[in-house]
Amino acid sequence: MAQAAETRKRGRTKEKTVDHDLLLKAYRSMLLIRRFEEKAGQLYGMGLIGGFCHLYIGQEAVVVGMQLAISDGDQVITSYRDHGHMLATGMEARGVMAELTGRSGGYSHGKGGSMHMFSKEKAFFGGHGIVGAQVSLGNGLAFSNWYRGNDRVSLTYFGEGASNQGQVYESFNMAALMKLPTVFIIENNKYGMGTSVERASASQDLSKNGAPWGIPGMQVDGMDVLAVKEAGDQAVAHCRAGKGPFLLEMKTYRYRGHSMSDPAKYRTREEVQMMRTQNDCIENARHRLEEAGVEDKAIKAIDDEVKATIQDAADFAQSSPEPDPSELYTDVLLEA
Amino acid sequence: MATQILMPALSPTMTEGKLAKWLKGVGDEVKAGDVIAEIETDKATMEVEAVDEGKLARILVDEGTEGVAVNTPIAMLTSNGEDVSAVAAPAPKAEAPMPKVAAEGADAKAIAEQGAKGQRAAALEAAPAPEKDWGPTKPITVREALRDAMALEMRRDGDVFLLGEEVAQYQGAYKISQGLLDEFGPKRIIDTPITEHGFAGLAVGAALNGLKPIVEFMTFNFAMQAMDQIINSAAKTLYMSGGQMGCPIVFRGPNGAASRVAAQHSQCYASWYAHVPGLKVVAPWSSADAKGLLRAAIRDPNPVIVLENEILYGHTFDCPVDDDFIVPIGKAKIERAGSHVTLVAFSIMVGVAMKAAETLAEQGIEAEVINLRSLRPLDTAAIVASVKKTNRLVTVEEGWPYAGIGAEIAMQVIEHAFDWLDAPPVRVHGIDVPLPYAANLEKLALPQPEWVIDAVKKII
Ligand SMILES: Cc1ncc(C[n+]2csc(CCOP(=O)(O)OP(=O)(O)O)c2C)c(N)n1
Ligand SMILES: [Mg+2]
Repeated sequence: MAQAAETRKRGRTKEKTVDHDLLLKAYRSMLLIRRFEEKAGQLYGMGLIGGFCHLYIGQEAVVVGMQLAISDGDQVITSYRDHGHMLATGMEARGVMAELTGRSGGYSHGKGGSMHMFSKEKAFFGGHGIVGAQVSLGNGLAFSNWYRGNDRVSLTYFGEGASNQGQVYESFNMAALMKLPTVFIIENNKYGMGTSVERASASQDLSKNGAPWGIPGMQVDGMDVLAVKEAGDQAVAHCRAGKGPFLLEMKTYRYRGHSMSDPAKYRTREEVQMMRTQNDCIENARHRLEEAGVEDKAIKAIDDEVKATIQDAADFAQSSPEPDPSELYTDVLLEA
Repeated sequence: MATQILMPALSPTMTEGKLAKWLKGVGDEVKAGDVIAEIETDKATMEVEAVDEGKLARILVDEGTEGVAVNTPIAMLTSNGEDVSAVAAPAPKAEAPMPKVAAEGADAKAIAEQGAKGQRAAALEAAPAPEKDWGPTKPITVREALRDAMALEMRRDGDVFLLGEEVAQYQGAYKISQGLLDEFGPKRIIDTPITEHGFAGLAVGAALNGLKPIVEFMTFNFAMQAMDQIINSAAKTLYMSGGQMGCPIVFRGPNGAASRVAAQHSQCYASWYAHVPGLKVVAPWSSADAKGLLRAAIRDPNPVIVLENEILYGHTFDCPVDDDFIVPIGKAKIERAGSHVTLVAFSIMVGVAMKAAETLAEQGIEAEVINLRSLRPLDTAAIVASVKKTNRLVTVEEGWPYAGIGAEIAMQVIEHAFDWLDAPPVRVHGIDVPLPYAANLEKLALPQPEWVIDAVKKII
C-alpha cells in the first residue's frame, strides 16, 4: 500500500489547506461506491445478478466531486452506468443492490434492474438504458426548474460515446437557447464499449462540444475528487446565476469491462494497470488524508463501516424475496 | 479464514465454461484486480480478476478443464497472513442462496394467468354505460374544440403548458393554438426549434418531474424522430421505477393522410402507439370527441397520444357547451344504431362509415356505427355487445392492414364473440403501399364509403 502511494502522482489540486471533513466525506462516498461495485461484480459472478451490469469502478471521483458541488433538491440523471450516482445521491445501498438481484426490496421492486432505478426523494431521475436519452430528459428537469422559477440545477451525466448522439446536440442548442440551468457532464472514460474516443470523435477536446452554442466548457481531472468539486462549484454557480448551461468534460477511466461480459481486447492490461496504480481517485484521496495528518484510525474506521454497509446490502439483496407474481401487472398505468 | 474463489458467470447467458489457463500459482500473492485465470465462455475468452487479497492456497480445478459449472469453487485464497498449508479443501459445494419466491411454479403461473384474465374480463364486464347527456350544444370546428380544451385545462392547472414547432407566435402550423400565446404568455406557450427528439425528451423529463406538458407534433410523421423518447422514456418509466415515476404528458398532432402530400407526410400511426403498454391512445372524430378527449388526456396522469386529423380540423360538429364537458378515455360511442352489421371505425373513417351506413339504410341494411374514440384502452365491451346483436363485423381504418387496428378488433371479436358471428369479419383499410401523390392514385389508396358498402354486402 505505502509503496503504491510513493509512485502515485501527488494531489493535483492547488494545495490549499485541504478541508479534512470534506475530504473524509468524499473518501467515504468513493469507497462506498468502489466496494459496492466490487460486491456487485462478485454477485454477478455467482449468477445472482443477471443481464447487463455496468460497473463504475475507477470513475468514482466524478460523481462524488459533483455531488459535493450541489445541494438538496438539485436533480441528477445519468445512463445505465448508474450505481455510483445512486449511492452518491444518498440512495440506500440495500435498495440498489436488491434491484440488481431482482428482488422486491429493490428500488424498482425488481422491475428495472441495474440500468433503471429512480428515487423521487433523492431527486435521482434514472438510470436510462438508451445511450443519450438522458440528455434530453435532463433538459426537461432543468426546464421544470426554470418553469417553476426556483434556483435548482440539474446535473446531466453521459459518456463520451453518448456525446456523439444527435439528441445531445439538440439538447445543447435548446439548453443554451432557453438558458436552462443544467450542467452537462461528459464522463470521458476513453471508451464506449470497445471503441476508443479517438476512433469515435473527430474532435478530442469534448469540453468544446458546446462551443457553437456558446456553452462554456472545461476539461477536468476526473480522477481528482477535489478538482471535480472545484469545477462543479464553478459550473453550478454559473447555472444558478441564470447564465444557462455549463459543460464539464471529466477525464476519467473505467477499470472494469464495459459490462460484465466484456472480454476487453481493445486495450492493454498495462494501460489499465497504469491507470489503476498511478491515478486512482481513492488512493489519491487516502494519500492526501494521510499527508494532511488525518489519523490512520479514522480512515480505518471508515473502511470498516463501508465494508459492513456493503455486506449488509449484499445480505439484504439475497434475502429479500423475489417480487410477487402479481407485480407483473402493476405500475403499467396510474389510476386516472 | 480462507476464501473460496468460485467459477464466475461472465455473461448473461453463461452457465459453464472452460478453465483455460491459471495465471497465478499456489503460493502467489494476489491483490484485488489481479488477473488470476482465463476462462472461455460461450462468447469469448475472459480474464478472471481477484476480488479479495491473499495468497493462492489451493487450485481446485486444473487448467484445461471443460464444462466447469458457474459457482463451482475453483481455488482457495488465504487471508490475513494465514498459512497456505493450513487451508483445507472446501466443504461440499456452497450453494448460492436460493431466492425466496413469493409463489412458485404452477402457483405463480396461476396467479399470473389470473391477472391476465382479470385484465381482459374487466374490459368486458363493464356494461356499456349510456353516453352522458351534457345538455345544450353549439356548432364548433374540431380546430376550435382542441384549442378550447387546451385553454380550459391551462386555466385550471398552472402545471400544464404547450410546446412545439410554431405553436406560439405563428399561432400553430394548423392554427390549433390560435390565441393561446396572448392569453398564457411565452412561458406556457413555447415555440421550439425543429428538434423533435430533443423537445420530446425535454417534455418527458419535465413530466417525470411533475409538470404536465402538451407536446404538439406538427404532424405525427415527425414524431418518428422522437419515437424513442415516447416509448422508452414516457411509456416505460413508471413500470421500470416500480410505480415511482409517472409521466403525465400529452403528445398530440395530426395523424394519417392529409391531401396530396405523399408518403412521408401521410401515415397512420394508430397501430404503432396502440401496441405499447404504458401509453393511452385516443383518436377523436367530432368536435365533441376532440374537446372531451383532449381534456381527459391532459388530466390523465399517464402519457396519452392524441391522434388528430388535419382534414377534420375545419369540420363543424355540435359540441356541448357545458364547462365541465369531458369524454372518458376508453369509452367508444355508438354514433348510429343498427341491427344488421357492426361498423367499427375511428378518426376520419367514422365519417366514411357514417356515409356508408346512410347509403346502406336506403337499401334496407341497418348498420351500427361504433366510433372507437380510444384505441388503447379499447372498448372491447362495446364492440362485443354490438356484434352479439348484429352478428357481423366490418372494421374501417385509413392505415395499413398488416398488424393494424382492424386486425386487433377482429381478433378481440373472435376471442369474445366467435359463436355470435354469422360471417367472417372483414377489414376495410388503406391499400398496403406508401401513399402516392397523384390525385387519382391517392384516392385509390384510401378507404371510400363504397368500399365499406362492398364489404358489408360481401357478408350480408
Ligand atoms: C441508442 C443506443 N445505442 C447503442 C446502445 C448499446 N450501448 C450501450 S452502452 C454503449 C457504449 C456507450 O459508451 P459511453 O457513452 O462512452 O458510456 P460508458 O459505457 O463508457 O459509460 C453502447 C453502444 C444503447 N444502449 N443505446
Ligand atoms: Mg465511455
